[in-house]
Amino acid sequence: MWDEPLVLRGRSFRSRLIVGTGKYPSFPVMRRCHEVSGTEMVTVAVRRVDLSRQGESLLDYIDTSRITLLPNTAGCYTADEAVRTAYLAREAGLGDFVKLEVIGDEKTLFPDVQGLLEATKTLSREGFIVLPYTNDDPVVARRLEEAGAAAIMPLGAPIGSGLGIRNPYNIRIILEAAAVPVIVDAGVGTASDAAIAMELGCHGVLMNTAIAQARDPEAMAEAMKLAVEAGRLAYKAGRIGRKLYASASSPLTGVPEWAPLP
Amino acid sequence: MRIVVNGQPMEVPEGLTIEDLLGELRIRRDFTAVALNREVAGRSSYGTTVLREGDRLEIVHPMAGGA
Repeated sequence: MWDEPLVLRGRSFRSRLIVGTGKYPSFPVMRRCHEVSGTEMVTVAVRRVDLSRQGESLLDYIDTSRITLLPNTAGCYTADEAVRTAYLAREAGLGDFVKLEVIGDEKTLFPDVQGLLEATKTLSREGFIVLPYTNDDPVVARRLEEAGAAAIMPLGAPIGSGLGIRNPYNIRIILEAAAVPVIVDAGVGTASDAAIAMELGCHGVLMNTAIAQARDPEAMAEAMKLAVEAGRLAYKAGRIGRKLYASASSPLTGVPEWAPLP
Repeated sequence: MRIVVNGQPMEVPEGLTIEDLLGELRIRRDFTAVALNREVAGRSSYGTTVLREGDRLEIVHPMAGGA
């Protein structure tokens, strides 16, 4: 299927599936999942180097010639922490993209939208390509776009919950108003969730746990690739309207008669 | 003198630069960044930045994670 690429601040991606690097059974399994999923962008955390034990690097298992890195600010609870983490990521050579997270609550991992807006403003001004993880609030989405976000990344459901797209109507409202791409980030549990996000018209889906923690991560990576493509194709094809009653697909005329013979 | 690296107190000789410290700790340079007292230290400054008593450093690199 021909499809226009996903464009984030002038950078084009053919794959609309962004995946994580966490919670896989092993780095080799992660690498195979990345390959099978067809992803061109993976998110990574930024953490302290373990001074006592320096082994292999995560980056040894990511083909950076094909895959763009998306450093995240997971674990940051203030705009200041998130901004400093983004700077560190850029200095480490991880590029200009940042999956911006400013977490407001430990239990739900819902975003602190005030901190998120502040950090989006600062980092956009400093030339970062900011992809903020936010809740599914259309007003916040608009504010993020005004603050310079290169995309809006509303959650479908809490991070790691696998509950799917809990409020498709809000996602639709965000899509209607947004001039930047909308990427569902978090909540996807299985392939149909990813397909639903794409059928709504989302420009991409970001997921980690759904693949990494599946019983067979590689098979799920392939399922997700197909689901994102199928959902996208269905969106472009334009679905039929919903009706309460049946409407036959065969002609109503020319039906043979089988009246009993006289 | 005493400095703190990634939350760990360390006794190091006077006059040590960031470059010296990274070498001492055998830290991979690719995809690694350093913050000195909350500010990002540019790579080009490693060789000339002399550490002082009480300095706090964060040495980070990418780790597996999604959100």
